[in-house]
Amino acid sequence: MLWPFLVALAIHLLFGTLALFAGRSSRTAIMLGTIGCVAASIVGIGAAAHLLLFGGHVDAQMAWHVPIGALHIGVYALSAFFLLCIYLVTGIAAIYGAGYFRDHGDDRRVGPLVFFFILLAASMAGVALARDGILFLIAWEVMSLSGFFLVTFDDQREDVRRAGTVYLIASHVGVLFLFVLFALFAQHGGDFNFSSIAAAGALSPEMANACFLLALVGFGTKAGFWFLHTWLPEAHPAAPSHVSASMSGVMIKMGIYGVLRVLTLLGPPPLWWGITVIAIGALSGVLGVLHALAQHDLKRLLAYHSVENVGIITLGIGLGLLGQSAANPEMAFLGYGGAILHTLNHGLFKGLLFQGAGSVLHATGTKAIDALGGLSRKMPTTALTFLIGAIAISGLPPLNGFVSEWLIYIAAFRGGTLNGPGTVAALAVIPALALIGGLASACFVKAYGIVFLGAPRTAAVEAAHPAPAGMRAAMIIGALLCVAIGIWPEYAFRLVERPALLMAGTASAADPILAALVPITRVALSLFALAGLLALVRRALLRRREAPIEATWGCGYEAPSPRMQYTASSFADPVLVPFEGVLHRSVHEEAPHGYFPREAHYEVHSGDIAGEQIIVPAIEKLVAVLGKLRAIQQGRVQMYLVYIFVTLVGVFLWQLPGGGP
Amino acid sequence: MAATRRRTVIGHFVHVLVLVLFPPLLLGVIGKTKAWFAGRKGPPLLQPYLDVWKLLHKGAVYSRTTTWVFRVAPAISLGALWTAGLLLPLGAGPAPLAFNGDVIAFAYVLALSRFFTMAAALDTGSSFEGMGASREAAFAALAEPALFIALAIICIPAASVSFGGAFAALPWTDWGAAHPDILVAVLVIFLVLLAENSRIPVDDPTTHLELTMIHEVMVLDDGGPDLAFILYGSSVKMFLFAAIVTELVLPISSGGSWLGVLALCGGTLAVAVLVGMVESSMARLRLVRVPQLLVGAAVVAAVGLVALFFRGQS
Repeated sequence: MLWPFLVALAIHLLFGTLALFAGRSSRTAIMLGTIGCVAASIVGIGAAAHLLLFGGHVDAQMAWHVPIGALHIGVYALSAFFLLCIYLVTGIAAIYGAGYFRDHGDDRRVGPLVFFFILLAASMAGVALARDGILFLIAWEVMSLSGFFLVTFDDQREDVRRAGTVYLIASHVGVLFLFVLFALFAQHGGDFNFSSIAAAGALSPEMANACFLLALVGFGTKAGFWFLHTWLPEAHPAAPSHVSASMSGVMIKMGIYGVLRVLTLLGPPPLWWGITVIAIGALSGVLGVLHALAQHDLKRLLAYHSVENVGIITLGIGLGLLGQSAANPEMAFLGYGGAILHTLNHGLFKGLLFQGAGSVLHATGTKAIDALGGLSRKMPTTALTFLIGAIAISGLPPLNGFVSEWLIYIAAFRGGTLNGPGTVAALAVIPALALIGGLASACFVKAYGIVFLGAPRTAAVEAAHPAPAGMRAAMIIGALLCVAIGIWPEYAFRLVERPALLMAGTASAADPILAALVPITRVALSLFALAGLLALVRRALLRRREAPIEATWGCGYEAPSPRMQYTASSFADPVLVPFEGVLHRSVHEEAPHGYFPREAHYEVHSGDIAGEQIIVPAIEKLVAVLGKLRAIQQGRVQMYLVYIFVTLVGVFLWQLPGGGP
Repeated sequence: MAATRRRTVIGHFVHVLVLVLFPPLLLGVIGKTKAWFAGRKGPPLLQPYLDVWKLLHKGAVYSRTTTWVFRVAPAISLGALWTAGLLLPLGAGPAPLAFNGDVIAFAYVLALSRFFTMAAALDTGSSFEGMGASREAAFAALAEPALFIALAIICIPAASVSFGGAFAALPWTDWGAAHPDILVAVLVIFLVLLAENSRIPVDDPTTHLELTMIHEVMVLDDGGPDLAFILYGSSVKMFLFAAIVTELVLPISSGGSWLGVLALCGGTLAVAVLVGMVESSMARLRLVRVPQLLVGAAVVAAVGLVALFFRGQS
C-alpha cells in the first residue's frame, strides 16, 4: 500500500501551507502545524510499521514532466525503517513545539517556522521514498534548505546567522559530492533510476570504490562524520529546541540512510571498506564524546554527542561490511542490525535530551551549564525524563541505548574469529566502544548532575518554572519509548530485522539473534526488581527513625554557598587532561595572589581541532588561490555576456568535425 | 528432566546465597592482611558484617540540597551490583541470568551502578563529592577499554560472549609458554579490580578527607541504611572481580558441585589476601599517574590480544 505514505505527505504539505498563511497568529499556526504533524505521523508510523512487521514493499512510477529523472517512489525495508524514525521523532517534536510556542505571543516568524518544520519532515520522507537519483537530490536539497530556514529562526542574533551560513556551506559542499556520485550511477545504469542502476549489474571495482568514497564524503557531511561535522555544533544549538531534536534525531540520519542506500547498490564490499568505515566510526565516536565533555553549553554538548552516536552507528555499519566481505552473514546482520536500531534509539533519546535542554532554556533563559543547578526541584518531570535520556545515551541498561550497543559489541566479538586484517578492525571496535561508553556516561553525569542536581547557581534558576504540558507530554512519550525498547528489545528488533537482512544480503539469520535478545529483558527486570526491593527496605528501615535535613557536610562549615559547588568545567577536567593532545584547549587564568586576594578567574575553552586547525586554514588557503578568479567577476552584465559568447564560440569550435572527440 | 531442573534450582539458590552472604568477608580478610603486615592485631574478620548491621539500624541525615536521586541511588547502585552478580557464574553451575552476551551486560550494569553513585555525589552540591565523582568518571572511562580487551582475550577463543562459555573453554595448560594471553588477561583484570574497587595504588579506601580520595569522598553525605548499602555494595563489587580472577586461574566453571563453590570462595579469599598485600606494600600513586596506569593496562591487554591473534594464525 503506497497510499498511506502519500496521504502522510499530503497532510504534511496541506497543514504546512495553511500554517504559512496563518499570518500573525502564532497560536493558529502552531495548532495547525501540530495537528498536521501528528496526523501525518500516525498515518506514516502505522504504514511503515506494517511493512516492517509483515514484510512486503511498495513501488510506483508516475508521470513526470521534468526532462531528467523519473517520479519513481517506493518503500522497501530500509526506507520503511527510516520513515518510521522520521515520523516518530518529528511527531513527538511537533507536540513539544506546541508547548514551546504556546506562550510565545504573536510573532510573524512562527508561521514560516511551522511551515519549514513540516517541509523538513516531508522532504525527509521524500528522501526515504525516492527511488530515483534526481528525485532523491531534489528532496535532499529541499531538506537541507528547510533546515537552513529553521536554523536561522532567531536571525537577529549574529551567532545564529553565522551558524546558518556555516550550515548552508557545509550542506552544499556535501551535496556536490552527491551530484558526482549520482552522475556516476547514471553513467553506469543509463538513467538515474535506482532500479536501472541495480539492474545494470555490478560496478567495476574502481567505479565502486569511487562511488563508495563519494558517498562517504557526501552523506558523511550530513551525518556528521568527524572532520565533516564542524557545521553540526554550530547549527543544532542555534535552532529552536524541537527543531534541534528533529535535526539531530533524524535529519543527520538521512546521511546514514544515504550511505546504507548506496551500499545496497554497490554490490559486495571489499575488505578495506569495512576497515575504513570502522576507522571513521571510532574517530567520530571518541572525538565526538571528548569534545562534548569539554562544552559549556548544554545544546552544543548534545550536538557533539550526535557526532559520537553517528560514530557508534558507523561502527555497526563497518562491522556489517566486514561481515559481508568475510561471508559471515550473522556478523553482518548483527552489525547492521545494531547500527539501524541505534539510529532509532538515538532519534528517541537525542530528541528527548534536546527537548529537555529546550525546557531548561525556556524556564531559565540560559543554556550555560555552569549557570544552572538544582533544577530538578523546579521542573521534576523534565529532570526525570532528562535522566532517562542521559542513562539511555550512555548506553546503560535497562534502557534502549544499551540494546543497540550490545548488538554492535556482539558483532565485534564475532569479528574476532575472522582471519586477516578484518579481525584487527573488528577487535578495535571493542575498546573503542568501551571508551566511548565510559566517556559518555562521564559526560552525562556532568550534564545531568550540574544542571539538575545540587543547588541553583544563579538567580535565573530560582525563577524557573515547570515546562508547559505539551513539552512535558512529548518528553514523557520519548522517555517511555526509551524504557520500553530497553526492557523488551526483541519486539523493537522485529522492526529492525528486515532492513538488517536486506543490508546483510541474507535471507534469514535473525532467529538466533532475536532469541538472544530475550535475556536482556530478564536483566532489565532484575535491575528494576532488586533496586525497587532495596528502596522499599530502606524506606521501611527509616520509617520510625530520625532523618533530619541539614546542610551538606563541609568539614563543619555550615554556610556553603552555591558558588562553592563543583562546576561542569572542573568535573570534566580530569577526564579531559589525558586527552589534551587531541583537544584544542586554551586556559585563561588570573590566579589570586597577595594576602588579601581580590579578583581571580579561571576559564578554559575547548575549540574544535578539526574546525580550527584543519578546515579553517584549508579554506583560507583555498580562498587565497580561488580569490584570483575574482578578477574576472566585475559584476558588469556586458562582461558576462562576453563570457557567454566566448564560451559558446569555444564549444562550437571544439565540436567542429576534427576539432575534438 | 526433573533431576536437572532440581539441580538448576539448587544451583541458583546456592549462587544467590553466596552472592548475598559471602562478599563482606573479603573486606574483613583485606583488613586482617593489612593489619598483619603492619604488625597490628586488626579488626575482627567479621567486622564488615557488624558494620553493615550497625548501619542498617541507624537513622540518617540528609543534606538540604539533595533530591530523590540521592535517596534512591544507593539502592539502585546495589541492585545493579547484585544483578551483575546474577550474570557471573559463581561455581554453582550456570549463573541465573547467564546468556550469550552476559559479559557486556555485566560491565554495563556495573557502569549503571557507578552512574548513580556519581549522580548522587553531585546531588549534594558539595565540592568534595563533585571532585570524587569527577575522578571516578575519569578513571572508570579509562579502565573500561582495559577491561573489555581483557574480556575479549578470554571470550574470542571460546567463540562465546558469555562468562560460562569463556571459562569452560579456558586451556588448563602451561600459560607461560602456550598461553601468555590468559596471563595478561588475569593481570589486567586484577589491575582493573584495584581501580574499580578504589584500592591502592589508585585510591585509598581508609581515608576520605584527603583531597586525593575518590570513592570514599563521593559518599560523605550518606549515612544509616544508605551507607550500609554502599559499604556492602563495595564488598559485592570486590567479590565479583575477585571471582572473575579466580575463575580464570582455577578450573571452576565446569563444576556446579559443592567443590566448585568452595573453590570459588577460597579463591576469592586468596585474591583478597593479594589485594591486602598490594595495599600494604606500596603507596598510592599520584593522581596524575593513575591515567597512565590504566592506559598502560589497556596497552598490555592489547598486546595480549595481539598474542592471541598470532597464536590463532600459527
